[in-house]
Amino acid sequence: MSPDFLNTIEVILNGLMAGVMYSLVALGFVLIFKASGIFNYAQGVMALFAAMTLVGFQTGQVPFSHLINAVFGTSIHSFGWTLPAVVAVLLTVVVMILFAILVERLVLKHLVNQEPIILFMATIGLAYFMEGMGDLMWGSEMKILDVGVPQGGSLWLEEFTAGWATEGSTYYGMYIDRLDIVATVVAIVLVISLTLFSQYTRTGRALRAVADDHQAALSVGISLRKIWVIVWAIAGIVAMVAGIMWGAKSGVQFSLSLIALKALPVLILGGFTSIPGAIIGGLIIGVGEKLFEYGVGPLIGGATENWFAYVLALIFLVFRPQGLFGDKIIERV
Amino acid sequence: MKGLKAAGIAMVAALTSTTAVADLVFPSLSYRTGPYAVNGIPYADGYEDYLTLVNERDGGIGGVKAKVLECETGYNTQKGVECYEATKGEGALVYQPLSTGITYQLIPKATADGIPVHSMGYGRTSAKNGKVFSHIFNYPVNYWDGASHAVNHILDVNGGDIAGKTIALVYHNSAYGKEPIRTLEELSKKHGYKFTPIAVDHPGQEQKSQWLQIRRERPDYVLMWGWGVMNQVAIQEAANIRFPMENFIGIWWSGSENDVLPAGIKANGYKALTFHGVGSDFPIFDDIKKYVVDAGKAAGAGDQVGTVLYNRGLYAALLAVEAAKVAQEIHGTKDINAAQMRDGMEALVIDNAKMEALGIPGFGPEFSVDCGNHGGPGLGAVQQWDAEAGTWSLISDFAPSDMDVIQPLIDEDSSAFATENKIEMKECA
Amino acid sequence: MFYRQAGDFKSSYREDLQTFALKQDRWAYYALLVVAFLVVPFIINDYWASAVLLPFLILAIAALGLNILTGYCGQVSLGTGGFMAVGAYACYKIMTSAPDLSIFFVVLLSGAVTALVGLIFGIPSLRIKGFYLAVATLAAQFFLVWLFNKVPWFYNYSASGQISAPERTMFGWAITGPNAEAPVRYLFCITIVVLLAWIARNLTRGRIGRSWMAIRDMDIAAEIIGVDPLKTKLLAFAVSSFYIGVSGALFFSVYLGAVEVGEVFGITLSFLILFMIIIGGLGSILGSFIGAGFLVLVPVLLKNVMVNGLGWPTDIAAHIEFVIVGGLIMGFLIVEPHGLAQLWRLAKEKLLLWPFPH
Repeated sequence: MSPDFLNTIEVILNGLMAGVMYSLVALGFVLIFKASGIFNYAQGVMALFAAMTLVGFQTGQVPFSHLINAVFGTSIHSFGWTLPAVVAVLLTVVVMILFAILVERLVLKHLVNQEPIILFMATIGLAYFMEGMGDLMWGSEMKILDVGVPQGGSLWLEEFTAGWATEGSTYYGMYIDRLDIVATVVAIVLVISLTLFSQYTRTGRALRAVADDHQAALSVGISLRKIWVIVWAIAGIVAMVAGIMWGAKSGVQFSLSLIALKALPVLILGGFTSIPGAIIGGLIIGVGEKLFEYGVGPLIGGATENWFAYVLALIFLVFRPQGLFGDKIIERV
Repeated sequence: MKGLKAAGIAMVAALTSTTAVADLVFPSLSYRTGPYAVNGIPYADGYEDYLTLVNERDGGIGGVKAKVLECETGYNTQKGVECYEATKGEGALVYQPLSTGITYQLIPKATADGIPVHSMGYGRTSAKNGKVFSHIFNYPVNYWDGASHAVNHILDVNGGDIAGKTIALVYHNSAYGKEPIRTLEELSKKHGYKFTPIAVDHPGQEQKSQWLQIRRERPDYVLMWGWGVMNQVAIQEAANIRFPMENFIGIWWSGSENDVLPAGIKANGYKALTFHGVGSDFPIFDDIKKYVVDAGKAAGAGDQVGTVLYNRGLYAALLAVEAAKVAQEIHGTKDINAAQMRDGMEALVIDNAKMEALGIPGFGPEFSVDCGNHGGPGLGAVQQWDAEAGTWSLISDFAPSDMDVIQPLIDEDSSAFATENKIEMKECA
Repeated sequence: MFYRQAGDFKSSYREDLQTFALKQDRWAYYALLVVAFLVVPFIINDYWASAVLLPFLILAIAALGLNILTGYCGQVSLGTGGFMAVGAYACYKIMTSAPDLSIFFVVLLSGAVTALVGLIFGIPSLRIKGFYLAVATLAAQFFLVWLFNKVPWFYNYSASGQISAPERTMFGWAITGPNAEAPVRYLFCITIVVLLAWIARNLTRGRIGRSWMAIRDMDIAAEIIGVDPLKTKLLAFAVSSFYIGVSGALFFSVYLGAVEVGEVFGITLSFLILFMIIIGGLGSILGSFIGAGFLVLVPVLLKNVMVNGLGWPTDIAAHIEFVIVGGLIMGFLIVEPHGLAQLWRLAKEKLLLWPFPH
């Protein structure tokens, strides 16, 4: 096989993996949109907040220490413990559930039955609020997130594939980041468990009922408020997973909240209402943008991924205006 | 709304009237929030701590207290403008915005207002030409020097011959990131290496394509012009593809602890350029501990002392204070204004004796500023990361850049700016 | 009691349809104009111009433009930053290639160039709707920023890759460049703002505006009653982009003076302007101003109170500022979901009847 061909395969594989990383973020959006019709602008900030909380617990940071020190003139920073990753993750899950309850109690409850754009705006406010709150609680310094996810290229794969190229050509074997493999496994587990949850549990069925028709669900006695809390809690946990995966690479810092931008084209391509759509949309975007950067990028100066993802989504949309898997838009007068 | 505005007017009026004190005002346009907070915090801490030290230990600059006016920009140009306007009326002596975008805003504004701007290792490179940019200073180094330093280092490692080698540049796809390209292209003509620029789009969390390209093409050296999250991800990805770290050289904005720590032990050997010393093994840090940290007067959380960017902030404040001292000497007055500060900056000389006296022997390069040259000789060094010990160390002396290549570029760009803005070239003695 | 309809008789349809139907409103409006044109220029200083009024006025133009597209015509756009960049770069290119052209026309021409670009990116709106349309405009946002950064022709091949506005004068006063005085810059902007707001108000309540709103409310129904969706939507894109382009040109030439495209006209600016019109009120001219005012003034005010007034550390103040702005947005929504303009409208209605609401 020629190295060019192998390189293309490598680009496609890595594109798929990158797509999975985008899907992880997009999943959180889809969950909330499906159950409540809210486009949750705060999803990215939630990922940042969850990751900060996780690291905070793990390293025994005192919440609000900076504020406390400034007000009382003390200098406390740390409880002086380090928690095992598992415990910290569980505690963060608890925090995200509490967060969901608070959001429902304080904000969403008052906005039932409003138009989507208004709910969208409420999440803008929420995003601002959380951005400030996260920094106040845990400080805006760089935090290193280490929950034991392996990173780096898979040596085994490199050695395994290095011999595939035709004799005499320079080829160094195929590269796949182990973090991406873990992310893929995590994404598969997430999707399967979400599917099982919504197919086979009582709450899951209630979720689907709400997604299908709010009013019908209410009329058969499903509590909309309870469902919203559950959905926001799940979205919070998904945000945490996305935060862990992306934060492992870059450390936990403000920019983590910008990963939401990478999820937007995925969402639009896959449709706002479909979980498989989020995954397949992610894969298409990932492969598309990587191939474009590989093939066309060098000719026009590179760094094309950001806009090409959107152009790709746009091309698909012209043929399917509701996204690949979105509910068909039926228009009547 | 009107009520709000009225309240605002009253407040601003009250504020401007209370600050008619004879302090020497150093505004610190810092960013402790936003996407680059990670880097902004240590820098702002260092800047403020040094001025606190001067006040506590020496009773001010020539007896006049220094005052830091901190204003949060969040690395946002609009907020930067707000901060500039809010502080300039309070006797601000010199602006050091730590943002290329804000520097570009300030170049015409501050020149018109007669307030000097010191963009240390960032900003507009051609501002080195003092004949055109009367109020803008960028000593001791600029980006084009940096590009040359990196190539010089590679030359040193290879015994002076790098013909046929390949050098890739991973850069932030913005005006900042594109700065070195011109210089590196010129240098590649001179030294015969092959140059490949590789752009990374903002913010740079996803760099798989770029590093796959590097892995395929195996350049001998990779340079990096990155900032913020791009640095951490690039170093992580370089480690992931097992690129030899000692062949990976970042600009000084890609060379702090924050950039290498997330990659852990795998970042060992990573190199970065610098223009000042590393670590806290200088006498001045004893004073900082004694007069600032232990006295509970440290800025921020007080936990950044000795980090790369803290030292940079400290160095920036130190150079400002030294320039203020020169200005006091020239003009024979303790209570200098911005115009006098500018004169002081233009006559600034930093030599080893002076650094020794200040408790920072060998901390920075020796340089002097004059009317035509606002950038000094452009000396820089290379630092290397030791992941085991968690410390940076200098692995070269402060060495000059290739001015034969850079000076024509500076002249060209500054004269273009002068024509576009109809600036008369100043005559220098 | 003091604010009422009684005694304000209308004797023609024209009077009945005027923008400020109440005498007091009219007087307040004229008073505001008098203050804006005759009082503010004499008391304004650099801080108020550069930190508060110029960004408020210029972003209000962008909000007006986006409100025409999103609020009146129902097409969600997230490309505002990119279109503002078009305005800014058009302004720079025209300024440098035609140094003698009056800056006023340069700004208008930049708007026209942006309108053309907006037309092109508006074409997908014929097929794609709602949130999905945002992708078309986001593609514009990222592509335009990338383009301006990549093609050196746009920044006249300067080594720095940034554009900076040379000095241009009007009637002998510098409007752009570092020597422009605060009152002059302010008057230049407010003239354009008042002019554009007046045009927008009259566009939106005329035939064109009604056809936009028909498309917004239900495009199929609108088509059946004879509104051509192609023309109407594209016209909305063109007009909206014109406003946004003018805003971008002013943002670059009068307000900032030097611009780096990715840093200034990035996606955050697009979001910021969308937030402005949602918070202010969709489909409301006043709402565009209130929204712009809210998001420009409140942070500055909070910062001044906390940092200068109370002496808090800047970082804590900045964090609390976010918390408060976010809290305020959510709070206002819970009180009045249709934006601040609606809150204002309701307050006026209540006041009309006060103190005897029954």
